[in-house]
Amino acid sequence: MFLINCPFCGEREQSEFKAGGEAHILRPKQPTELSDDEWAEYLFMRKNIKGIQFERWNHSHGCRKWFNVIRDTSNDQIKAVYKMGQKPPAI
Amino acid sequence: MVKNLRTKGSKFIDQTSRVSFKFNGTKYFGFKGDTLASALLANNIHLIGRSFKYHRPRGIMTAGSEEPNAIVQINDNTAFTEPNVRATEIEIYEGLKAKSQNCWPSVNFDIGGINNFLSPILPAGFYYKTFMWPASFWLKYEYFIRHSAGLGKSPKLPDPDIYEHKYIHCDVLIIGGGISGIMAAKMSAKRGLNTLLVDENPNIGGSTIFQNSKFYKINNQTSCSWLENEIKEINKFKNLIIKTRTSIAAFHGYNFLLARENLTDHLPANEKKYKVRQRLLKIRAKKVILATGALERPLVFNNNDRPGIMLSSAIKKYADFFGVACGKENILFTNNDTAYETAISLDQKGIKVNAIIDIRENCNSEISKEVEANGIKIYRSSTVVDTYGYKRIKKISVMQLSSDGQSVKGQKLFINCDCLGIAGGWTPAVHLFTQSGGKLEFDEKDQIFVPKIYPSKQISIGSCNGDFELDQIIYKNTKILKEFLEISESEYDNIDVSGASNLNKRNIWLLPSDKILGKTKSFIDYQNDATAKDIKLALREGFRSIEHVKRYTTTGMGTDQGKLGNMHALGIIAETTGVKMSELGTTTFRPPYTPLPFGTIVGRNVGEFFDITRKTPINDWHVKNNAKFENVGQWKRAWYYPVNNESMHDAVQRESKAARESAGILDASTLGKIDIQGTDASEFLNRVYTNSWTKLDIGKCRYGLMLNEDGMVYDDGVTTRLDKNHFIMTTTTGGAANVLAKLEDYLQTEWPELDVYLTSVTDHYATISICGPNSKKIVSKVIPNLDLSEVSLPHMSFKNTIIDNIKCRVMRISFTGEQSYEINIQANYGMSLWEKIMDCGKEFNITPYGTETMHLLRAEKGFIIVGQDTDATLTPIDLQMDWIVSKKKYDFIGKRSLYRSDTMRDDRKQLVGLLTEDPNEVLEEGAQIVANLNQKPIEMLGHVTSSYFSPNLNKSIALAVVRGGKKMLGQKLFIPMENKNINVTIVDPVFLDKENNRLNAQL
Repeated sequence: MFLINCPFCGEREQSEFKAGGEAHILRPKQPTELSDDEWAEYLFMRKNIKGIQFERWNHSHGCRKWFNVIRDTSNDQIKAVYKMGQKPPAI
Repeated sequence: MVKNLRTKGSKFIDQTSRVSFKFNGTKYFGFKGDTLASALLANNIHLIGRSFKYHRPRGIMTAGSEEPNAIVQINDNTAFTEPNVRATEIEIYEGLKAKSQNCWPSVNFDIGGINNFLSPILPAGFYYKTFMWPASFWLKYEYFIRHSAGLGKSPKLPDPDIYEHKYIHCDVLIIGGGISGIMAAKMSAKRGLNTLLVDENPNIGGSTIFQNSKFYKINNQTSCSWLENEIKEINKFKNLIIKTRTSIAAFHGYNFLLARENLTDHLPANEKKYKVRQRLLKIRAKKVILATGALERPLVFNNNDRPGIMLSSAIKKYADFFGVACGKENILFTNNDTAYETAISLDQKGIKVNAIIDIRENCNSEISKEVEANGIKIYRSSTVVDTYGYKRIKKISVMQLSSDGQSVKGQKLFINCDCLGIAGGWTPAVHLFTQSGGKLEFDEKDQIFVPKIYPSKQISIGSCNGDFELDQIIYKNTKILKEFLEISESEYDNIDVSGASNLNKRNIWLLPSDKILGKTKSFIDYQNDATAKDIKLALREGFRSIEHVKRYTTTGMGTDQGKLGNMHALGIIAETTGVKMSELGTTTFRPPYTPLPFGTIVGRNVGEFFDITRKTPINDWHVKNNAKFENVGQWKRAWYYPVNNESMHDAVQRESKAARESAGILDASTLGKIDIQGTDASEFLNRVYTNSWTKLDIGKCRYGLMLNEDGMVYDDGVTTRLDKNHFIMTTTTGGAANVLAKLEDYLQTEWPELDVYLTSVTDHYATISICGPNSKKIVSKVIPNLDLSEVSLPHMSFKNTIIDNIKCRVMRISFTGEQSYEINIQANYGMSLWEKIMDCGKEFNITPYGTETMHLLRAEKGFIIVGQDTDATLTPIDLQMDWIVSKKKYDFIGKRSLYRSDTMRDDRKQLVGLLTEDPNEVLEEGAQIVANLNQKPIEMLGHVTSSYFSPNLNKSIALAVVRGGKKMLGQKLFIPMENKNINVTIVDPVFLDKENNRLNAQL
């Protein structure tokens, strides 16, 4: 169980959070204009990296805010946390 | 006759308080401080149990938690019974009852012992190879395998003990209270850090606390008296907590550890009562110091498993710590100097050592010279080739070892003994280190795996770090700890340590015998009876990965997790295949380090505390009125209300008829309610629901369907516009939390520009639904001032009103198809309102109905239940709900997916109604639907999702999903059941009142 530094509440146990998959996948603004393949790319395709991965997390048993986490999936080390809409920090 | 093998003068055992206990029905005595193993050894009992596969007699091998053989069942035939308890760990108490395992009728005469003689036909993989064919025999095989499998008996009664969980946060956690752990504790506590020291034993001090040898001196004191002083000093620190009888079960990432604190297992029954038995400690430490020590390795030679064959270090501990002689005629068999320390300890206590067999050619250490000077015969460059004695070792045969160590030569010599101590060197206990994600490296010189890369703020010190000599341990620990704890000067800086043994060992993983390997039994895993020849067989059969060899031979898969023999298995694989140990790696060490009772894992979360239970404000009324309940998520919902011992069927039929013929009342408080406010609230609803919300007038309600982005139905419910910028959304009972989370997700991450606020108000309101042709009359009695006319309160509208000075909302919405009113009132007035309605409805025979009747009534109308009729593979189009999908809206969640080639297929599973040929035949939910009974393999077209006997239509009705079902109206299909085939016809899913006249009470 790792510790996550919620940008709104501070460091808390992992059990207070919910993982929300890969970050920085923008919902297309004009979905109806996309081809099936383009829509499928948004809907289904995720990288699932072994190593540094950009992820969404939600402090579901806390402030309920969504934010971004940079995590090394091979050892669960969290490199950075930053708010939604912010650019990822250099790591 | 029972002999007492107790020597005088161990200060760790209270020889003034005698404790009686029973082993296999016979009463014995031990002393306070004894483990079951030490007490049995003092009574000259070595035979404890039978091995798993061959049922060979087995005795006590070790003096600690790594014990593979001496495992017993305690408190047999009671609720407190526990299997696989290590005799080397359990402390005796007055009245303890222990029993041998895996033997019948007794440990002395065990029928299963025949397996030992059958062993030539029971090689590794025997089960995999033998029980493969003929396939039809598997059920018979399984019966016998299941009856012969498993060690001990699991309890049949609920665990009566109390367990609990506790969180601990500390600066430094030290695991292991041996000399290294004590040094670390002192340095850490002195530095002012909040320190926790845990040790699995009843006392700290490790093996140094009984190291009384003149060969080991610290500051000119014997190492044990020096350590005693250190313990006295660390006991004074207020910022140091010492927990004994506490073993770390798991070391997770981010220095999160689980420990089991054993509080009462050493107490007699009357002192255990009402006390917490074990506590699961959830420890979060800023820094972790591993001082877990090392485990002595056995030697692998022919018949190395007889009772009386023990680890040399265990014999020393029994003699020095417990004051027990393990035998009267002892022999030690070694590849290093450890056995000489044991020999000196025994010699000092007057316990006879017949010989030392040393596989090394020579050894010049002072300690070995002393042993020789004391007149103990040493056989150098020799090995034990066989042992004799069935239930206790009687003698050994010894031969000269060739210079390459691969064969034996010369005369065979026989030496009598009743105890053989074996010393194969030391294996650092790196289990916890690797659990935490640490990477090991192989030390070729010492043939050990040692910690290399640390994944968190942790460090290994002492023998778990590969340092075995006292001087080396103390000097190196001081250096490592100073750096790790950021200390500049330490009292250990100028410490004077002297040691005398020689580190050299001669490592031979598999010792040769005069017999060929195929005729020997050289055990590697004692508990699972895996031998060296099994490993070689696995390799011959093509297994290469250590993980595969492990599973095929079951090496290291017992309750001891191969703590003793895994290294030998690796060594033999490496030697045989010519792969380096460092490349071979180890098997994965998984938590828990030692077995953990389920009770400890669940703690207080048992019975009604297993999960949160949510109850509505009207719950007490349901209980009082004999409701049966069903669980919906965490909610307890009234299921049906049987009257006069009615069956469920009869109750539901009665409730359903009453609701349609006069009036029914339902507690709908569990429905999820989300309060939505903000200037963009209607735009938000437009985006999350499939239909249009911008034109919904204030005071009006609308049903909405919510999809996932993949186009599949996610949730549904009625949302009411309370004001221009204020809505209240209802969700399904089970979906409430997920819907809120999903809405928050979109609001925060995709549409942060929207001015919308969401609040869960599920628990704030009680919701009571009154339906049926007389519902209007009842509501007008409850709220006389409210105009219930069609103009004032038509279907799908709402009014704010006041009942007995309490504000509430009345909505005219219907899930049954009847004229229906839903009243939302502040939760704490829910009960009084319910009682008032019951009172007003009495003259109309108002009938409370539960979820089962609600499901039946809505099925008559063909209304879906998300999660019952849908399963995340159905679009609104599949559900024949095209009418709710807006064509005009540019976008909503899931819209684009409705035009994917896959979602537009017309042979998707679609919702239909089913009628059975026999109107009394009620289908089973989940039953498969087929078109052609003669087809092989038979093609499944779909399945039944909801099925009831409708009392209002007087026939069986069902909803189902069927491939291409929309176009199959009127088609006859079949439902094959175990004993019959049921004929069904596809019909429209709306069975009752297609014109919706009942909504206005027009029957």
